[in-house]
Amino acid sequence: MKIGAPKETAKGEARVAMTPESARRLQKLGYECIVESGAGVAASISDEAYRAAGVDVVDSAADLWNSADVIVKVREPSEQEIDAAPDGRILIGFVWPAANETLLAKMKSKRMTVLAMDMVPRISRAQKMDALSSMANIAGYRAVIEAGNNFGRFFMGQMTAAGKVPPARVLVVGAGVAGLAAIGTSVALGAITMAFDVRPEVAEQIESMGAEFVFLDFDENQTDGAETGGYAAPSSPEFREKQLEKFRQLAPEVDIVITTALIPNRPAPELWTEDMVEAMKPGSIIVDLAAERGGNCTLTRADERIVTDNGVTIIGYTDFPSRMATQSSNLYANNIRHMLDDLTPEKDGTPVINMEDDVIRGTLVTHEGEITWPPPAPKIKAIAAATPKKKAPEETSQQKSAREAAELKKSLNRTGLMLGIGGLLCLALGSVAPPSFMQHFIVFVLSVFVGFHVIWGVAHSLHTPLMAITNAISSIIIVGALLQIVSGSFLVMLLAAASVLMASVNIFGGFLVTRRMLAMFQRS
Amino acid sequence: MPEGLINDGLIGATYVVAAVLFILALGGLSNQEKAKRAIWYGIVGMALAVVATISATGNAASVGQYSLIGLMIVAGGIGGWIVAKRVQMTQMPELVAGFHSLVGLAAVFIGINAHLEMSRALAAKAAGTVGELAGFAATIANKTPIELSILKVELFLGILIGAITFTGSIIAYGKLAGKLSSAALTLPGRHALNLVALIACLVLGYLYLDGAGLWTILAVAVIAGLIGCHLILAIGGADMPVVVSMLNSYSGWAAAAIGFTLGNDLLIVTGALVGSSGAILSYIMCKGMNRSFISVILGGWGGETQSAAAVDGEMIEADAAAVASALQDADRVIIVPGYGMAVAQAQGSVSELTKKLRDQGKTVRFAIHPVAGRLPGHMNVLLAEAKVPYDIVLEMEEINEDFPKTDVVIVIGANDIVNPSAQDDPGSPIAGMPVLEVWKSRQVFVCKRGRGTGYSGIENPLFFKDNTRMFYGDAKASVDALLKELN
Repeated sequence: MKIGAPKETAKGEARVAMTPESARRLQKLGYECIVESGAGVAASISDEAYRAAGVDVVDSAADLWNSADVIVKVREPSEQEIDAAPDGRILIGFVWPAANETLLAKMKSKRMTVLAMDMVPRISRAQKMDALSSMANIAGYRAVIEAGNNFGRFFMGQMTAAGKVPPARVLVVGAGVAGLAAIGTSVALGAITMAFDVRPEVAEQIESMGAEFVFLDFDENQTDGAETGGYAAPSSPEFREKQLEKFRQLAPEVDIVITTALIPNRPAPELWTEDMVEAMKPGSIIVDLAAERGGNCTLTRADERIVTDNGVTIIGYTDFPSRMATQSSNLYANNIRHMLDDLTPEKDGTPVINMEDDVIRGTLVTHEGEITWPPPAPKIKAIAAATPKKKAPEETSQQKSAREAAELKKSLNRTGLMLGIGGLLCLALGSVAPPSFMQHFIVFVLSVFVGFHVIWGVAHSLHTPLMAITNAISSIIIVGALLQIVSGSFLVMLLAAASVLMASVNIFGGFLVTRRMLAMFQRS
Repeated sequence: MPEGLINDGLIGATYVVAAVLFILALGGLSNQEKAKRAIWYGIVGMALAVVATISATGNAASVGQYSLIGLMIVAGGIGGWIVAKRVQMTQMPELVAGFHSLVGLAAVFIGINAHLEMSRALAAKAAGTVGELAGFAATIANKTPIELSILKVELFLGILIGAITFTGSIIAYGKLAGKLSSAALTLPGRHALNLVALIACLVLGYLYLDGAGLWTILAVAVIAGLIGCHLILAIGGADMPVVVSMLNSYSGWAAAAIGFTLGNDLLIVTGALVGSSGAILSYIMCKGMNRSFISVILGGWGGETQSAAAVDGEMIEADAAAVASALQDADRVIIVPGYGMAVAQAQGSVSELTKKLRDQGKTVRFAIHPVAGRLPGHMNVLLAEAKVPYDIVLEMEEINEDFPKTDVVIVIGANDIVNPSAQDDPGSPIAGMPVLEVWKSRQVFVCKRGRGTGYSGIENPLFFKDNTRMFYGDAKASVDALLKELN
């Protein structure tokens, strides 16, 4: 079958759903690939590059829709595109079924099979096709770059001959995929980065990225992120108040605020109010990644960059991934490719819509003239329920020393007990055994102690040579055999001779193999 | 004691020197450079002990006996030499196990001899011909009755431990060499069987003390041999490090017991050194698996498995090209080898990979778990053989904190020792076992033959982590493919 990627029709959309690289992988799945001429130009991919990857370049969108069986796209198709499309095509791309019901109806009437990339369920198996995450990752990165572009100072603190430069202070609100990407980028640029999220379990992730988690002192059990498939849920009014109070306190200190807070199927929560913007220093930047859904900042205007009266720049672009079209096309095309991977279990170039597959069922919005959205709840629970990490109470130095003292005492007690038992056993033995035995016994016990002390000092890496050498010296038993060989009895002599033979094998073999091994250990 | 070429005082002095040399030889293993010299201490000590003992036998020995001794030593020496020259480093575990069996058998023989000599000495004493006795028999003839009972106990212990060591080592050899299935044999009521056999030995031992003859200790040797077989048969492959160390320890205790029997302090000292060395190794191995010694020795994974948390997610595969490109981008790389590397004989390729990456200026290190492989320190020896410098081969405790700062971790043929459920999942059978925290690094590649589970038979959530990629295939073939990609 043929897979085709048309040129995106949405205004300003620079991405493309197929790259030469993804096309090569698709061909391995048994598909033929075609692309509309000029589809990749905005993402710096020439028609030539496609041809070099064995992709057919066709001249018009109409040609492409007519000859391809599977259409891969980035943005949802326009109504004109659907009207012009032939019946029965398979379409893969962002669809946003909740917001585009008329579109859905049209696609249904064209008997299209539509798989919505924005509906990929959040389960680990589907991560490789999670285009929302891959795009959010890019948006988070770009948000920081965009902020830097508008910010009049360095991110990293420096000591220069001309004077000291303080590092920029960045606050990231919402530590989802985009937020974490923003944190990573900001930390990498050298800014002091703080981050906030309503889900306490992400604190660890934030700290692992090198940012500081803005901790709210709030008792109420916060919502468990896992309940909603890893997304945040609306918070209680009290919690919100507390949160805003914290932000108000931070506003004058921070230079750059990047807000990424979104709650599924709701307008973006308003977190950065007008008075906070007013409290910020002139030259500060706010990048609002939630602009498309109304923005986290009250003053955000979607798709615009505005400067407030007190000199704060508010960036409300909604096309961050498209601004990095090459990168995002690459990742998106890979997401699509993975999706087709799952759709083509036989690798024979024929997609199979398996309604039993949670991922495919979840993404499918229309099929065989029916609207199949919304999907039933997936069989697998979205994300393994994350146990909210309780912050282990920091051990004070007093507690620590008390604990150590207790441990020491315990081990001393144990040693004492062992000594007691050992002593008693020795006494019991001494009371029956003759002195000649006790002399040997003293030697034995002391040797065991010497052995323990010596062996503890042996390097772990030399344990095998240790075994080989102890093996060799345990053949000291040869001495016993030598003493017996002089016996007058033939049988005794025979057994002793056999023992000497065996012990000699061991002595020579053991020492030699130890030497061989030790000689191999070389310093670099 | 009849007069020898040298007197008793000199023999005692030589034994002291030999004992000190043995201690120095073991102590020298604390570092690689010292160890190369320390081995000579051991060799000299052994030579001194043997020469002194032979000279001490003095004129009691005939020319024929001297030549017999010489013949045996030369024959044994040549045999040992050939074996040691030929053995592959990957065969080290079975070689060590095989050597142990010889010590065990020698101990049994010497124990039986001691009994024969004792009977002879007592008979001579009764007949009043003590003066004609030579060597060991003469010493026995002068013992008091209580000393004789103690001698019998020592002899009994020597034979018991020696026989267990002998058959146990042979089974361990068979399992390690792949001649026997390495799976644990679980007979119904196996603990009861062992217990009955042990009690039988003790009863026989009591009878022996009571004056029953040679047959009792022969029976003890046979029954103990069966215990040894059964004990080791019931222990699965990955527990072998503990088994081999334990047998090492037993061979030492057997030598010490014989030392008591013969009243020879050098044997006692050396036996005690070896015995404690093996005991410590067993302890370290058990700690590495977070299991008690008893549970390892009794076989299986300490009873029934609790329901380990099911893992959901997908193992994502990577090919050699993907691994190579990740390595190209990495600065800090850690390689975690396991038994799979030894099985596939991949150490040479791994070493080449290491060299290549180090030549590109990357930091490459190895992380060795205490129980990786089938012998304590097995991985170290294999890597050393492949010319990996020992100062980049680190122990778990030295390197575990460095994983978060590591770009790429390559796990080669290891499974349980990198299983995060040991830390996360209290229901897991390996809960609490110290593991290498490879998942904290940025990217993990797991080089593995197939999708199976490890020795413990439990799922490894590591394979399902976001930053883990599976690199399927034979370890050597995979690393070779990787080398090709890097060129």
